[in-house]
Amino acid sequence: MLTRLLLATALGALAAGTALAQTPVKIGVLNDRSGVYADLSGEGSVVAARMAVEDFKAADKGLKVEIVSADHQNKPDVGASLARQWYDRDGVDAIFDVPTSSVALAVAQVSREKNKAFIDSGAGTADLTGPQCAPTTVHWTYDTVALANGTGSAMVKRGGDTWYFLTADYAFGQALQRDTTAVVTKNGGKVVGSVKTPFPTSDFSSFLLQAQASKAKVIGLANAGGDTINAIKQAAEFGITEGGQALAGLLIFSSDVHALTPKVAQGLVFTEPFYWDLNDGTRAFSDRFAKLSGGKKPTAVQAGVYASVLHYLKAVEALKESGDGTKVVAKMKELPTDDPLFGKGTIRPDGRKIHDMYLFEVKKPGESKNPWDLYKTLATIPAAEAFRPLNEGNCPLVAKN
Amino acid sequence: MAHSAAAADAAPIATTGLPESRDARALHRRVFIGIAVMLVVLPFVLYPVFLMKVLCFALFALAFNLLLGYGGLLSFGHAAYFGMASYLCAYAAKTWGVTPEIAVVIGTVTAALLGLVFGALAIRRQGIYFSMITLALAQMVFFFSLQAKFTGGEDGIQAVPRGHLFGVISLADDRVLYVLVAVIFFAGLALIYRIIHSPFGQVLKAIRDNEPRAISLGYRANQYKLAVFVLSATLAGLAGSTKAIVFQLASLTDVHWSMSGEVVLMTLVGGMGTVFGPILGAFVIIAMENYLAQFGAWVTIIQGVVFVVCVLLFREGIVGLFARLLKKPL
Amino acid sequence: MITILGVPMQALFGQLLLGLINGSFYAILSLGLAIIFGLLNIINFTHGAQYMMGAFVAWMLLNYAGLGYWWALILAPIIVGLFGVILERLLIARLYKLDHLYGLLLTFGLALIIQGLFRNEYGVSGLPYAIPSELSGGQRLPFMFLPNYRGWVVVASLVVCIATWLVIEKTKLGAYLRAATENPTLVQAFGVNVPLLLTLTYGFGVALAAFAGVLAAPVYSVNPNMGADIIIVVFAVVVIGGMGSILGSIVTGFTLGLIEGLTKVFYPEASSTVIFVIMVLVLLVKPAGLFGRTA
Repeated sequence: MLTRLLLATALGALAAGTALAQTPVKIGVLNDRSGVYADLSGEGSVVAARMAVEDFKAADKGLKVEIVSADHQNKPDVGASLARQWYDRDGVDAIFDVPTSSVALAVAQVSREKNKAFIDSGAGTADLTGPQCAPTTVHWTYDTVALANGTGSAMVKRGGDTWYFLTADYAFGQALQRDTTAVVTKNGGKVVGSVKTPFPTSDFSSFLLQAQASKAKVIGLANAGGDTINAIKQAAEFGITEGGQALAGLLIFSSDVHALTPKVAQGLVFTEPFYWDLNDGTRAFSDRFAKLSGGKKPTAVQAGVYASVLHYLKAVEALKESGDGTKVVAKMKELPTDDPLFGKGTIRPDGRKIHDMYLFEVKKPGESKNPWDLYKTLATIPAAEAFRPLNEGNCPLVAKN
Repeated sequence: MAHSAAAADAAPIATTGLPESRDARALHRRVFIGIAVMLVVLPFVLYPVFLMKVLCFALFALAFNLLLGYGGLLSFGHAAYFGMASYLCAYAAKTWGVTPEIAVVIGTVTAALLGLVFGALAIRRQGIYFSMITLALAQMVFFFSLQAKFTGGEDGIQAVPRGHLFGVISLADDRVLYVLVAVIFFAGLALIYRIIHSPFGQVLKAIRDNEPRAISLGYRANQYKLAVFVLSATLAGLAGSTKAIVFQLASLTDVHWSMSGEVVLMTLVGGMGTVFGPILGAFVIIAMENYLAQFGAWVTIIQGVVFVVCVLLFREGIVGLFARLLKKPL
Repeated sequence: MITILGVPMQALFGQLLLGLINGSFYAILSLGLAIIFGLLNIINFTHGAQYMMGAFVAWMLLNYAGLGYWWALILAPIIVGLFGVILERLLIARLYKLDHLYGLLLTFGLALIIQGLFRNEYGVSGLPYAIPSELSGGQRLPFMFLPNYRGWVVVASLVVCIATWLVIEKTKLGAYLRAATENPTLVQAFGVNVPLLLTLTYGFGVALAAFAGVLAAPVYSVNPNMGADIIIVVFAVVVIGGMGSILGSIVTGFTLGLIEGLTKVFYPEASSTVIFVIMVLVLLVKPAGLFGRTA
């Protein structure tokens, strides 16, 4: 009896406590800290998340936000068990970033099971808003279909109508090639050939020679990370771009281009949703970001973490709760998005965040004034055209509607 | 001193080499009871999913240690059996929709068959060549997994249903699944203990210590080696399949050569050639991977340091050290 | 135009030449591994990390000391070689009396540490390193465009390989080395300082890896993981050539480069697996490798 009384008092005190206190929100930034995506996401994403919390003025709005972070080591089982532990044990309400497709899909699965919000920025797989979409998932920054789409159509429109692919020989590379091929042919271009390169490959000279011999106007790099960097470096060595062929990167980020330097990467064309030097909003954010991260400018993925945390907090503020992932994500879809980095946008029913994409070209060394002065904008791809149409993704959430 | 013929007279892999007495058997019985108690108590203290992961890797390390510690064969490609089983199990459960126990059996049988083929090739060579062949074969499995359609390439096989055991008991609850994993683990451990202490295990040890003598005594060394290889691959496959059900996914991580390195590390830390060492080793390494995740890039560095320290100072591993202090094999 | 299996003869020449260039890297790296294994009985898993260090030291010399490629080509192997000497003295020397396995595990752990530290400091995207201006541009051969730098890689590695081979086969120091490989106790008894010989050999093998790293810096991505994947391939090369065989590792390095080059034309998907297939086949037919002595 006594214990029951005590328990009731304690519970009552607890309930009163929460009513008085601010709504606690705990968000987890789960990404790669040590592997191939560490520069792309890594600590920078945590910095971006902190900046978002700061800019949202969470405390003034009755939210008490706490950020935790961890390294998933690019292993899906590590990612999945960390996500489970965060949800089950540590009271995390939402997970952000998560590069590496295999880990992202695993975390999406866990989040759906635990009914928690999962807002991905770092992963490329379009399956997150396709067959494996979930009412708890938002895919913020980019996906491979959008990149293929943007680069494929824009290049053909600019006269690059014959293509040759260097395709990393696994599902990801083949998907990139397939999606780009579809766009290229739809726009009246032609694919004259392709070569499957083992993954990973350090020496591309042989494949570049085959691409050179094909006389295609555009060489599409359907690969990622170190493979892409090696291919671009060696293309410069073999005088591919000087010979009149254009290199099109299908998955490359500013951290890669920065590492390559304009001298090597000049003339490379690719699609990205963000560049630090786009407008005043992006410049102001990027300068602040650079001060906090040793002079590095943010990548699109890190910018995506910032914008998505901001929008997430808006939804939580509107709902006054953060525990029910489906509800929060539904609210996120309902509210229009607006932030200084991606501008105005929306989140579709399949979880796909929609915003403009840009076709960039890497500057020539003469044009680049400092190590981060990397891109010039060739074209803006309007949000409506940039992503895979809603009805083509085979997302069960859409089929129901 | 170091020269190419030194391999023969170089000190063999650190095994305790202590005699097996009735006393030791009693101790082992107590250790078994201790493990059983821990299996029951720990899920109330530690996070069950973490524990299930530890158990899967502990079984994997036990299987690996069966080959290394008792067969004297260092395989540098054990990820192949672990990972391939995990793929097949995930594929069967997801695409064919079979119940989890059937999926696990399918995965395990795959590993056994793979082990039979690779083992037959590898055991024809010894020492470092054996390690290199297993590594090369595992690399081929990795490239196959990367390119084959059914493995899903970089994405892996995701959203594998945990399903209903025997079509009846739902495994969706972590606690229910934990019971199943604990049972599989314990059965695996008991089997390995049986194998080591059977006449078959005695012959294995004889071959490990002096192959020509064992052959001259009339034992067909190669058949014994192949048998232990297949057993080890099969149990590694059992561990891999179980992991696929626990995490509901199978991915390239499990077939990558760094996974082969990780299982060596677990065994080394726990104690090569001890029965129970790999369990503790797996626990230590997985706990590091899990609880050090917040330290980011330091995880691999710490793993490296553990490797170096173990090789230089702790060659017998944690359990090996205990065994020496207790003067009884563990 | 003459074609072979649908591939124009000229393209084939180009690919063979490229294969030879890749073979140069395999040859230098496997030569270092073979020397270390031959004398120290250590499978040097750190070799990939030391190759990576060569490339990074070249970058550091350029960015911190303003010393260009040619200086790096001399200094980086010396610096990394000295680092190897320290490793050998402090750690590896403790393992000579033990099974091969421990050497493998120790160097594996060291590789993890070195790669992790570099990753922490320099990130993973890689660092820029330009081709030296003397070697930029290329030659238009009848069958392909050959960058000057690639030509230089083949020449440099051939010179280094042949020089190493001559030192080991034709000089007194080499004779000591070979003798110590056969029977260290006897050599020691003749008054040769065998531990010193071992240390220097390890340092030299490591320096070769660093040399390859400097050669690679302008053409491959300079990042902390650059050695992690190539090391497995190089192991295969050493095993095919015969563990510890100097000539075997050189010849096999170049040959496998050529075979890999051909695979890239006829069946590109398999070009990374072909070496492992050959390795298994060779070991089944000739257990000690193509040039190894049967134990």
